[in-house]
Amino acid sequence: MYELRNITEDQLDALKEAGNIGAGNAATALSTLLCQDIDMKVPAVRICHFNELIESIGGAELPLAAIYLRVQGDAPGNMFFLLQPAEAELFVHYITGNESFSWSNTSHDDINLSALHEMGNILAGSYLSAISDFAKVNMQPSVPQISVDMGGAILANGLIEIAEESDYTVVIDTVIALSDPNQQQHMVEGKFLLLLHPDAFGHLFRALGVEEDD
Amino acid sequence: MTEAEIFHVGIADAKIATYPDHLRTAGLGSCVGVVVYDKQKKIAGMAHVMLPDSSLAKQTQMNRNKYADTALDDLIANLLRRGASKSRFKAKLAGGAQMFSFMSSDEKMRIGPRNIEAVEQKLREYRIPIESKDVGGSNGRTIEFNTNTCGLKIKTVSKEEAII
Repeated sequence: MYELRNITEDQLDALKEAGNIGAGNAATALSTLLCQDIDMKVPAVRICHFNELIESIGGAELPLAAIYLRVQGDAPGNMFFLLQPAEAELFVHYITGNESFSWSNTSHDDINLSALHEMGNILAGSYLSAISDFAKVNMQPSVPQISVDMGGAILANGLIEIAEESDYTVVIDTVIALSDPNQQQHMVEGKFLLLLHPDAFGHLFRALGVEEDD
Repeated sequence: MTEAEIFHVGIADAKIATYPDHLRTAGLGSCVGVVVYDKQKKIAGMAHVMLPDSSLAKQTQMNRNKYADTALDDLIANLLRRGASKSRFKAKLAGGAQMFSFMSSDEKMRIGPRNIEAVEQKLREYRIPIESKDVGGSNGRTIEFNTNTCGLKIKTVSKEEAII
């Protein structure tokens, strides 16, 4: 197992590159599907305390729409795609063409919600398969789940296994944005968070050629 | 008159407050927020625990506030040191939700119910009665404890605010 405090700048850079490739592939997949440009920001990689991570998404209480999945295999972890709830509604309207969807009147069998699920599947699948191909590590995503609730309550799910070993986590954070074709401003901004389990680092660093030989 | 302050308890964190101050922790999902208080002394301690049992720890230096068992041991010891009386202790708790449904099939991820069980077990060991609780379900909660009334306010995204 890797001690987080021993992670070097080179190793963080390698993770950043992996995040870049993952989110880039996800943005391309989304762009192809919607026939529209998607903007992507440069990924941020950092080691932070659980409370800092929660602050970075707007605090523990701020409601977010989250697509969440677990990753198993050589590089296990948890992945979130986070949207503001109102922007997630816009996103659903955009992909389904049905503007009646809202969080207040949805149910489990709502076809609009299935569309969002599928979108989560495509985004997360393309993100993870790009990293998996690039680094030649096996990463298997679970079926995604959706929840709209307080950010702290949602993120804690991805921290449970990490918490057995640390109070800190490595966060690979990338923002992608969908613009309204008629306006210059962003319509929907989504944030990928990949929280790797400490067991993932040995495999990933070896695969990425940044293993420290101390 | 002094202004009441609100002490914010983070994740895997614990704090003590006395009248007129309040204790608050936000965004409890599978985590459990537990309050132990002495109403006569108007003193209370709140912990926001993530995991049920410190024997799960794989760390050499662990944060005791992360685990139900060690967080309660420390909370109770600190309250006693501050002059609270064990015979008057009561407890309230909230949280322990299952935020995502696929977790039910995976024992390890049934963390919400296990956190509730662990907190209740520890309170039983100390013979501290549970006055009220709002646990389980599948929604996040923010809680705030008033050291004057000893009411625990529960906020959620979709339901009305309640005081238990």
